[in-house]
Amino acid sequence: MTYNSSDNHESKWEKFFKWVNGEQALDSVWEKELKSKILGKRQKRHKSIEDVIDKINAQSKKIYIFFSIIITVTYIGILLYTAVLLPEHGNELNPTNNEVSQRYVENGVNDTGAVNAVSAMILEYRAFDTFGETVALFASIICVAILLKKDRSNLCPQEEREYIEDEKILNADGNGILKFTSRLIFPIVILYGVYVILNGHISPGGGFSGGAIIGAGLILYSAAYGDKNLKHIVNYNSFSKVVCGCLLVYFFSKGYSFFTGGNHIKSIIPKGTPGNILSGGLILPLNICVGAVVACTIYGFYSYFTKGDI
Amino acid sequence: MIKLITTNYFEMTAIILFGIGFMNILLQDNLIKKFIGLNIMDTAIYLYLVSYGYISNRTAPIIREGNWQYVNPVPSGLVLTGIVVSVSMTAFSLALVQRLYKRYGTLSFDEVIKKLRSGEAQNGSES
Repeated sequence: MTYNSSDNHESKWEKFFKWVNGEQALDSVWEKELKSKILGKRQKRHKSIEDVIDKINAQSKKIYIFFSIIITVTYIGILLYTAVLLPEHGNELNPTNNEVSQRYVENGVNDTGAVNAVSAMILEYRAFDTFGETVALFASIICVAILLKKDRSNLCPQEEREYIEDEKILNADGNGILKFTSRLIFPIVILYGVYVILNGHISPGGGFSGGAIIGAGLILYSAAYGDKNLKHIVNYNSFSKVVCGCLLVYFFSKGYSFFTGGNHIKSIIPKGTPGNILSGGLILPLNICVGAVVACTIYGFYSYFTKGDI
Repeated sequence: MIKLITTNYFEMTAIILFGIGFMNILLQDNLIKKFIGLNIMDTAIYLYLVSYGYISNRTAPIIREGNWQYVNPVPSGLVLTGIVVSVSMTAFSLALVQRLYKRYGTLSFDEVIKKLRSGEAQNGSES
């Protein structure tokens, strides 16, 4: 660690700028000074201060457990009492089954051309919400990449040892069952994922579930054979291009409603016959975009958590 | 009232699951177990929402001609949003936990706080 806590002559602003530029960690600037002051004073006064702190901690731990149990039990009791007073489960006259869902079911096919009411709702009526969801996934993969990305040429000794061990395990001929089974299953998994994405508007499924299936297939392949064979197709370049391209396509096809407002159901794209695969206007391309983003994100999570790189 | 206890058991189960997850968050010391508790709470909320969209003797909202008896499609969309947000939050928090483990060498929340207070952070992999 390259903390240079020895030079105390800098002003606070200089320290702050150094922290912003990433040259110095913040805790070395403020916390260490404070701690050395406080702890130094304390150790002089009470030599057995750690014992006292431990005793207080043990007591407060007991109080904490007691109160957390009481709070949870009362909370759950109130909620259970409320659940008893709620309207009956599965009754069609419940206030939740109001004109909103009725309108989605009755006018969904005419408005959007998609047979699946949930797909019509999330990708046509509320398309900007789904855009927000996709951006949330994108943001989380960016955060994971920031936190976990490893530099292959700049590893600490322990990480280097782990890396070499992983390579050994991958290159060993031990996991024959996994390799054979994944060779059988992998094409079927990918095919099923593509099917779920492409049929998102006429059957249960859609971009999120299909993308998760494709991501799981990529994870299976990567776990069995290592990422060397997959590197030609799924590497950092293709990953960023696919994710950013799909998000941009989504934004330019549906994001204008952030500025124009109102519902944007009327579009120049023909809706087609409901029930065919080429129907539903923009729902099919948007499903493909969402599926690609989700697949890349799921595989990205896996590879960042295991290898620290994509 | 007793009749409602027997009919509203989906909501009851969801609330009890929520309580289990909440207790996990409060009482578990291990950080990964805390996030497992958070995921249990998420699952309880999905169960609650989906059980609210359900209407007995009706089918999934894939619309065919001559049939207008479908369950409520709105909670399904809400649950979809919830699942996506939960996945991204779980991944982000687990990445943070991994960084914390590298820095402090422990997954126990109390140990981390103790080491933070006494200022003896292990330097781990950060060079």
